[in-house]
Amino acid sequence: MSSSAVIADSAARSGPPGRGAAFLRRLRSGDQIAHVLVLVFAASIFLVTVLLFFELFKGSALPRHKFGFLFFATRVWDPVAEQFGALPFIYGTLVTSILALVIAVPLGVGAAIFLSELAPPRFSDNLTFVIELLAAVPSVIYGLLGIFVLVPLLRAYVMPFLQKSLGFLPIFKGPIYGVSFFAAGVVLAIMVVPYIISVSREVLLAVPADQREAALGLGATRWEATWQVVVPYARIGIFGSIFLSLARALGETMAVTMVIGNDPKINASLFAPGYSIAAVIANEFTEATGDLYVQALIELGLVLFLLTIVINGLARLLILVTTQKGTAHE
Amino acid sequence: MRKLLAYDFLGLLAGISVLYGALLPTSCFLSAAPAPPPNARVLINGAGATFPYPIYSKWFDEYHKAHSDVEINYQSIGSGGGIRQLLSGTVDFGASDMPLTDEQLGQFKFKVLHFPTVLGAVVPTYHIEGVTQELNITPEALAGIYLGKITKWNDPALTGPNPGVKLPSADIVVVHRSEGSGTTYVWTDYLSKVSEEWKNKVGRNASVNWPVGLGGKGNEGVSGTIKMTPNAIGYVELIYAVQNKLSYGRMKNSAGAFVKADLASVTAAAAATASAMPDDFRVSITNAPGKDAYPISSFTWLLIPQTIPDAAKREIITGMLRWMLTDGQNMVESLDYARLAKPVVEKELKLIPTIK
Repeated sequence: MSSSAVIADSAARSGPPGRGAAFLRRLRSGDQIAHVLVLVFAASIFLVTVLLFFELFKGSALPRHKFGFLFFATRVWDPVAEQFGALPFIYGTLVTSILALVIAVPLGVGAAIFLSELAPPRFSDNLTFVIELLAAVPSVIYGLLGIFVLVPLLRAYVMPFLQKSLGFLPIFKGPIYGVSFFAAGVVLAIMVVPYIISVSREVLLAVPADQREAALGLGATRWEATWQVVVPYARIGIFGSIFLSLARALGETMAVTMVIGNDPKINASLFAPGYSIAAVIANEFTEATGDLYVQALIELGLVLFLLTIVINGLARLLILVTTQKGTAHE
Repeated sequence: MRKLLAYDFLGLLAGISVLYGALLPTSCFLSAAPAPPPNARVLINGAGATFPYPIYSKWFDEYHKAHSDVEINYQSIGSGGGIRQLLSGTVDFGASDMPLTDEQLGQFKFKVLHFPTVLGAVVPTYHIEGVTQELNITPEALAGIYLGKITKWNDPALTGPNPGVKLPSADIVVVHRSEGSGTTYVWTDYLSKVSEEWKNKVGRNASVNWPVGLGGKGNEGVSGTIKMTPNAIGYVELIYAVQNKLSYGRMKNSAGAFVKADLASVTAAAAATASAMPDDFRVSITNAPGKDAYPISSFTWLLIPQTIPDAAKREIITGMLRWMLTDGQNMVESLDYARLAKPVVEKELKLIPTIK
């Protein structure tokens, strides 16, 4: 910012006289133009979100009127009889995403701690490069690897092992097909782990060195300093990486549809086939005929949109609550 | 901060008006520009079914080579998408693997003609441990499996027609297409014809509420799942099975013979129904009569508006149709499609001049 712009800025704040002239001066110096430009960019994001919601809402009028809130509560998805319910898809989306986080969060955060705190810097940088490459792999590749490599492995070794050792739990009961909630959750976990590692590592590296040194100076061991000082300090950023990956998991389509089994049923067992919202939209939209059918799929889009908003809201709340209780923030 | 915002919008408005001022003269100039030169290319847009995409793209490419002023752009976005785009008038023709229902036709502001172009078939494919022979499959057994009533491979309905094949007492894993597809339409159309229970409980459509089974995405998803899952059965397009050398079963047709799907047996199914062909060509040829006919066969259709106001486009579309049904038919077998039977082609050629 040039000095004349600073003067103009203060002039603009001081009162009505000379406002126009100040505005022009700032316009000339480019400051105002940049300001307007970035404001338009920011507003366009907001506008796109509103438009998206509006279009989804408008496009799903028929099923909203026909099924009302029952749309969220019924389990039947029958395009022939034109009966549509979203429950199995909501269930499948949530179960696979939560499972993915259960697997990916300890793995990702643990790896990030190692890379930022313990690993030699050069090794850490190189490994991070590889991890970021993983994030760039298209999801259809993960889906193909899932169906041809991961699912047979899970079916032959992992799932029978879990059933043998923990088979008394309802989530590990039932016949083993391979394609299942479980397979989808594992593939999603593999897909989101790079995000968690990459973002968490950056956040951990950004923790000021004096925090560490102070903890060590007070007699903490290396691990105590990391776990009790550095990680809590970086907590918000780590949460951020987790919610970013949750959003990715909720909306993931190709990789999920290839390994989840695509069967709209609600089953307590993770070994049973299921279905997710994004998968059913991608699968059925192209060949959907009839207004009610198409609009029911659009309403599913609306449901996914709302689900993401609710989960993001909860995430913000979680950050708020833990931040107030926390001590190491800022 | 508030005051600043007000100025921002002022600035924005100023920017927009400046832009407008700059653009206005150009747009005046554009609208005053003369009509396109007479030898310009004519672009025809079509969209729809994915199943005939390989032959359509070959046809449109060959046609473009012979008529360099014509360019045909076909997007294989799925039958449903093709029908919707034709309805909204964004394409010149559509393509579908299933004939339109009366209700769908009623939504159009213009009359839509169906032109069968090639034939396809759907075959049952399976992976049973220890079994390498081709199975004989009856319609009753197939419907029973897909209804979830026949659950073991050594069920009498399966062992009966297959003497000499040792079928295990393993559970059958049923696989179907997860996405809406013309293949599923043909499959469920056939099951609806051979099983009253299927017709009442499930019905026919591009996607249905499956009583049992896993969904695989696309032909490759279904065949991949079958390959990876012991004791699984599913269905894929004949072309896909042939090109990927999958083994598939023989189906018992309505004359009681077990027939393996190939180009000849599929064309035979079309020929058998040719005499009963309705004038609008909306016909299902599954479970066709005749001892050579493969029972799970189907046409795929081009959907052409009967009135095409643009004379140049009308001439191209009718010319192209005529070519596809005559010379074009000689190319289909190299891509493993079954060609149309002669009586069907003759009947279609009579329909072309009605496009006005």
